[in-house]
Amino acid sequence: MACQGLQKGETLASLKTESDGLKKKLEVERGKLNDVELHQVAEKTEVLGALSIKTRRVLKGHGAKVLCMDWCKDKRRLVSSSQVRTSTDLWTREHGVSLPCTWVMACAYAPSGCAVACGGLDNKCSVIPLSLDKDENLAAKKKSVAMHTNYVSGCTFTNSDMQMLTSSGDGTCALWDVESGQLLQSFHGHTADVLSLDLAPSETGNTFVSGGCDRKANVWDMRSGQNIQSFESHESDINCVKYYPSGDAFASASDDATCRFYDLRADREVAVYQKDSIVFGASTVDFSLSGRLLFAGYNDYTINAWDVLKGNRVSILFGHENRVSRVKLSPDGTAICSASWDNTLRIWA
Amino acid sequence: MQDPKTGVKSQPQRLVITTIPHAITGEDILSWLADRFQIDTQEARNFGSMLVALGYIYPLQDHKRLVIKPDASLYRFQTPYFWPTQQWPVEDTDYAIYLAKRNIRKKGILELHEQEQYNRLHKWMNHKWDFIVMQAKEQYRAAKERKKPDRVVFDCQERAYWVVHRPPPGTVSAMDYGLDRRIDPNADEVCPTLSLVKYCATYNGHDPFLSKCLPSNPWITDDITYWNLNMPNVEIPTKMRVERWTFSFGELLSDPRGRDDFRLFLKKEFSGENLAFWEGCEDLKWGTAATMREKAEQIYKSFLARGAPRWINIDGKTMEITVNGLKHPHRYVLDAAQTHIYMLMKKDSFGRYLKSPVFKDTLKKAVCPEEHKYSDAQLEQNAKNRRPSLSPIVLRQQEKEHRAKMAANAPVDITQVMSKLSKTGKEVDFPSANASPSLPFLAHSPACPSPISVALDSTSASERRAEAGEGGAAGIPEARAPAAGSVSRSCMPLSLRRLLKRGCTPSTMFASLSPKYHSAAGTSSRIQPISPDQPSQAPPRRIGNFFQIKVDIPPECRIYPIESEDEDEEENRAASRGGVGAKEIICPWESLTPQNGTG
Repeated sequence: MACQGLQKGETLASLKTESDGLKKKLEVERGKLNDVELHQVAEKTEVLGALSIKTRRVLKGHGAKVLCMDWCKDKRRLVSSSQVRTSTDLWTREHGVSLPCTWVMACAYAPSGCAVACGGLDNKCSVIPLSLDKDENLAAKKKSVAMHTNYVSGCTFTNSDMQMLTSSGDGTCALWDVESGQLLQSFHGHTADVLSLDLAPSETGNTFVSGGCDRKANVWDMRSGQNIQSFESHESDINCVKYYPSGDAFASASDDATCRFYDLRADREVAVYQKDSIVFGASTVDFSLSGRLLFAGYNDYTINAWDVLKGNRVSILFGHENRVSRVKLSPDGTAICSASWDNTLRIWA
Repeated sequence: MQDPKTGVKSQPQRLVITTIPHAITGEDILSWLADRFQIDTQEARNFGSMLVALGYIYPLQDHKRLVIKPDASLYRFQTPYFWPTQQWPVEDTDYAIYLAKRNIRKKGILELHEQEQYNRLHKWMNHKWDFIVMQAKEQYRAAKERKKPDRVVFDCQERAYWVVHRPPPGTVSAMDYGLDRRIDPNADEVCPTLSLVKYCATYNGHDPFLSKCLPSNPWITDDITYWNLNMPNVEIPTKMRVERWTFSFGELLSDPRGRDDFRLFLKKEFSGENLAFWEGCEDLKWGTAATMREKAEQIYKSFLARGAPRWINIDGKTMEITVNGLKHPHRYVLDAAQTHIYMLMKKDSFGRYLKSPVFKDTLKKAVCPEEHKYSDAQLEQNAKNRRPSLSPIVLRQQEKEHRAKMAANAPVDITQVMSKLSKTGKEVDFPSANASPSLPFLAHSPACPSPISVALDSTSASERRAEAGEGGAAGIPEARAPAAGSVSRSCMPLSLRRLLKRGCTPSTMFASLSPKYHSAAGTSSRIQPISPDQPSQAPPRRIGNFFQIKVDIPPECRIYPIESEDEDEEENRAASRGGVGAKEIICPWESLTPQNGTG
């Protein structure tokens, strides 16, 4: 149907208006099914008290913009990557290991804590095993796993060290077997660069969500490679997507200066987090452990903490001197780490 | 429609000597429908056919064709008991009982497709066949006691029910609903968004940003007690952590300490194989592609094959899908079975776990630390004392050494092997990246040891192995179970040896409802462990099966008329025994020799 030529009387413009009309109809229908906004449902919930979140650590050591970071499951270590190289920093002043990877836009810690993955403008995502010997030449052990035809924007391990999911500027996401480098499944559906992905947290989770420059956030089934749900309500590129802790919803951060919250079961957007005074794009989001707080990093060097249920901003975290590129909650929920273009990482609690 | 005054005209139907009341003709139905809904005959016919296809009305003559005929053919209203809206799970067990019953009543009465189904079910439900035949007989006997007209009516109703739910080949089934949906839009009557609010409320107390972290948040005070208290495999968990396990089954499983506790509980309930199977499936799903095939085979041999040492209880249909899938194994081949077992644990075992002494004990022992109150000077001191944490690499090495030690000491038993399977699956030795992670059990036990051969020694070491090889439902002591304390010896080995001395073959060991042996089970469809002296647990879970007559016969006074049993039962039993001998368990894709005939 989609591949037929234009019928008589149809023009590209008329088809476009028809498609827009249908989209609007869909929205109306969706709205009819569940016409309750999140903040209405949450009216009876208590208002949050004032939060006193402060910087507890500043991690210096990168010589260039820090683009990405990830926590280790042991809740105390993290890996961060920058324009020039990747390094694993410990939370003390001891220097971490510096791993030679250039132009790293994505990095992830393996669940076992014994390896890290990084990828970026080299179109690849590689896995590097860590070792106790600080002088060991880890560059030699680097192993290429993912091969894309454009830059790698996001990567994450699945439940084990042996499989990895990547998202890429070539518009696809892919699931790889680390050992062999074999492509297990690829996910096609985005019409532009995919900028971010997140794995569903549930124990039976076989899905993940991805967000891209086509303003769409798509939910995928890892087994079949199918796109099972799609949300298009942002007005500009989606920079980051993150699942709600229960796995039933997710949030997205976009260049349109808003963060939005989507309920997967209601199949629609249920909240928008925006403020007139916020005009810079949001580059990253993460939830607190209970899902009540949403931390979003912006290009105006701040991090805003939103009340997910009520929709209002609870706190602003100042401290960074340049854009915030990544914000991530520690595995036990005790702290948030933020990475920034000012070459530092900060731990907030 | 059934209203005697305004409904469809009904009349009694004559059948040889008996009369069946309330029969209605096809044309009457159609004219009533057309009148009531103000529709034309064609539409009425379509609507009427749907009613028949779904089983609300059934034809008395020509009962196999579920359509409505606009003539004097007779129909009756199906009893509400059998309506699809009741949403009884339509189980193969019940179908098997129904077919068996008809077979008893009159041999040779089964249609060709019914015969095929019967044989297929006989093959798949071999282990339950005694139970099925027994149920069939009971029902037959009970039916004989009814008055003839009632009996005829009930037979018609039942037959109609099964024509709807097990349609003959070549017919369209109205019950076909296509693929199962991933998310059931009708599951939550309440607005689904409300569940998000609830989630926030539930976890509020556990969120370090919103509530106090006890004793203190390490990032704020530089005191790492919180982390030490919440290590993955700590002996005594904190109260908050235990509370989190009660939030959902997923929480319990994802916390290693919680999972250990649950495993201990399952061991006491003799259903540890469920968790082991689930862990095996997870390992298969997330493991490396290279070892996938072997893993799938191992799981099949240990859990799914007929006569497997840790046989898990899944329904016939899922089993069929799984075994067919295993012919061309891929990492998601066990998904259906895994989901089934997961739901079983979630809906059944989890609830019982929360009420069990194991959990209550853990909860009682759990600690609730006091909040730290540091002065500024102390905080500065703490900051100076910061130390780096132990590298995960070191931790992993330690764990490996520990496990190697345990493996060297203890005899090979299946649970340990299985738990190793789930652990080794998660880690890869990168320095030796070309070697796939070694699976220790492959070296130790090439094929699952025949349960009988290991049990016949009388040394203590083999006694443990006997417990290990005992059977799918039996608990197996974990050689390494630091949290569980010393290995608990149940009375299992004694009864097992007693049974073995009487020379029972493996198949009858699993067909635990066979009357010749002691059996603790009543008529539950789950295979219960063979131990009469086992303290009575909660009554075996009865799946709501309206077909089955619940018979509560205590094991001692089980009066099973062995001598007076019919020919066919002997036949059935012999057939079931004949198939599953002490043969080596063959994976379906390995051998082409047919195992069982078609019964």
